Amino acid sequence: MTSKFYELIEHTADIGLRVFGKDAEGLFTNAATGMFDIIAKKKAGSGQPKTKARFFDIELKARNREELLIAWLSELLSLSDVHKIIFNRAHIQQLTPKKIKARIGAERITEHTYQLNTEIKAVTYHQLKIAKRKGRLQAEVIFDV
Amino acid sequence: MCKGRLEKIDDQRWRIPMDYKPGMRVEGIVYTNEKLLQGLLKDKALEQVANAAFLPGIIKYSLAMPDIHWGYGFPIGGVVATDIDKGGVISPGGVGFDINCGVRLLSTGLFYEDVKNKLEDLINNLYHNIPAGVGSKGQIRLKLADEKKLLTKGAAWAVENGYGVKEDLEATEEYGRMKEADPDQISKRAYERGREQSGTLGSGNHFLEIQKIDTIFDEKVSRQLNLSKGQITVMIHTGSRGFGHQVCSDYIKLMLECLRKYQIEVPDRQLACAPVSSPEARAYLGAMNCAANYAWCNRQILMHITRGVFEKCFRTSWEKLQMNLVYDVAHNMAKIERHVIDGQQKQVCVHRKGATRAFGPGHPELPSRYKAIGQPVIIPGDMGRNSYLLVGTQKAMDETFGSTCHGAGRVKSRSQAIKTLDQRDILRQLQEKGIRVRTASKQTICEEAPQAYKDVNEIVDIVHNAGIARRVCRMRPLAVIKG
Repeated sequence: MTSKFYELIEHTADIGLRVFGKDAEGLFTNAATGMFDIIAKKKAGSGQPKTKARFFDIELKARNREELLIAWLSELLSLSDVHKIIFNRAHIQQLTPKKIKARIGAERITEHTYQLNTEIKAVTYHQLKIAKRKGRLQAEVIFDV
Repeated sequence: MCKGRLEKIDDQRWRIPMDYKPGMRVEGIVYTNEKLLQGLLKDKALEQVANAAFLPGIIKYSLAMPDIHWGYGFPIGGVVATDIDKGGVISPGGVGFDINCGVRLLSTGLFYEDVKNKLEDLINNLYHNIPAGVGSKGQIRLKLADEKKLLTKGAAWAVENGYGVKEDLEATEEYGRMKEADPDQISKRAYERGREQSGTLGSGNHFLEIQKIDTIFDEKVSRQLNLSKGQITVMIHTGSRGFGHQVCSDYIKLMLECLRKYQIEVPDRQLACAPVSSPEARAYLGAMNCAANYAWCNRQILMHITRGVFEKCFRTSWEKLQMNLVYDVAHNMAKIERHVIDGQQKQVCVHRKGATRAFGPGHPELPSRYKAIGQPVIIPGDMGRNSYLLVGTQKAMDETFGSTCHGAGRVKSRSQAIKTLDQRDILRQLQEKGIRVRTASKQTICEEAPQAYKDVNEIVDIVHNAGIARRVCRMRPLAVIKG
């Protein structure tokens, strides 16, 4: 998971992401990666106690693909806030413009695992758009921080 | 937006005409000055003032306070009122995710000479005792039934449970409790997110600050508030934490359905809304009021912890230290209020998104102690400059639905601030000014640097000169905890 799959958008008060994906699955996965990269940075180094991976099964519906993307990110964000975890892997089992079904893996946030940087309060619908550009899908999402 | 589309009304107000964008139902009015206007023309904040003018039932104008900056949907610093009897809507985006984010100001009987040798001790102990930063947890754990009581009673729940005294409630907007809170409208996820976050400061621009009054503008009002030059104050800025964020997220999703159901067209999905009289809007109001109560309870608990730290440090009671609450104001709220519109009393839904209520003298909703002077208005600045205490005015009632600005307003994005500023330089500059800073995240130092904000002095000049709030006194920071 590297930053070439997304870039930050300048926004005066908040933070935005421009996300790319070769298909919808890639777009949804990269958007999640970008969001959690804003929230926290994995700590490097060895000898740290390992935390047990946790898995969540998610199934969400929305009116269209754009609103589904926001529903997806919002769900991951709120689960992360409740369980104090960072999602670091996603296995998308089904993705249509109106439905997503996925099994996602997460790691607990401890002083050894992650450096927390930014609290994202919520995922907004502001300027939300998904478009096809140069053979790739591109989405823009603004987060309230 | 190009300047040519704006019409100057006077030195503090510019008009966005209704024909700026087809679909605007009223014009926009922006409180600013020539200098700040140049900055506003560079991003989308003014466009958002025009977008908010699309909301069904909007009355008079879409307003922007001088600390306006680009938000999402509504601008930050936006005020919109809608006519409930004429299909007026409520929009969760017009309140924001941090429902009842707000500020409270405590006065003390202490002066700079009393605290100067204890500041290090005070700030370290406050930092140790106040949970701050991303993912911080509070000490309060409640069963669902008790959580519902907290959501219904707000700051009064805190007082009933030993966090403060009854007099604090009288010095809190709405007495710290929105009566129409309905815990049954809260999702399971919102309960889960809120469970461990009561009594936490949060992160980003939330802070706790020990300050000194450095300028008195209105001797008479200051005297009435027992405030004088050199006196120590404490300011707390936080909101409804993850609980409020989830409530807003839940209801924006619902309101997107309402756009279709009630055939409402808005230029940005984040402006999703429903008629105030609809069942969806009623449900949102019930939930939003719970979040507002959560936030007032949160600030009440944080104030209680603060009093405790001062008690330990000075080895005497907070009552003897005269640590009294001056006032607590919300700056992200929608409320059903009565206002005079074209000479007639009307019930309207006032959205204040990054704006403060500023009711003038004599308003029936003010407690007796503030009836004569008007509602105290607390305006925090950035951590290197100043903060202000003002009072509401009749002119605010007449022009802005009893509203004024809420802070300095960002001028630099967070990523720009991180890229261009060095946290060591900022800390050194603050230290040279005698300001101590404790923060959970080094990144916050850059993001929240004074250079990232407009000068609050300039913002307050505008609202004072426009007459939509009146300066009482100015504080400067001595020690700051940032989340």
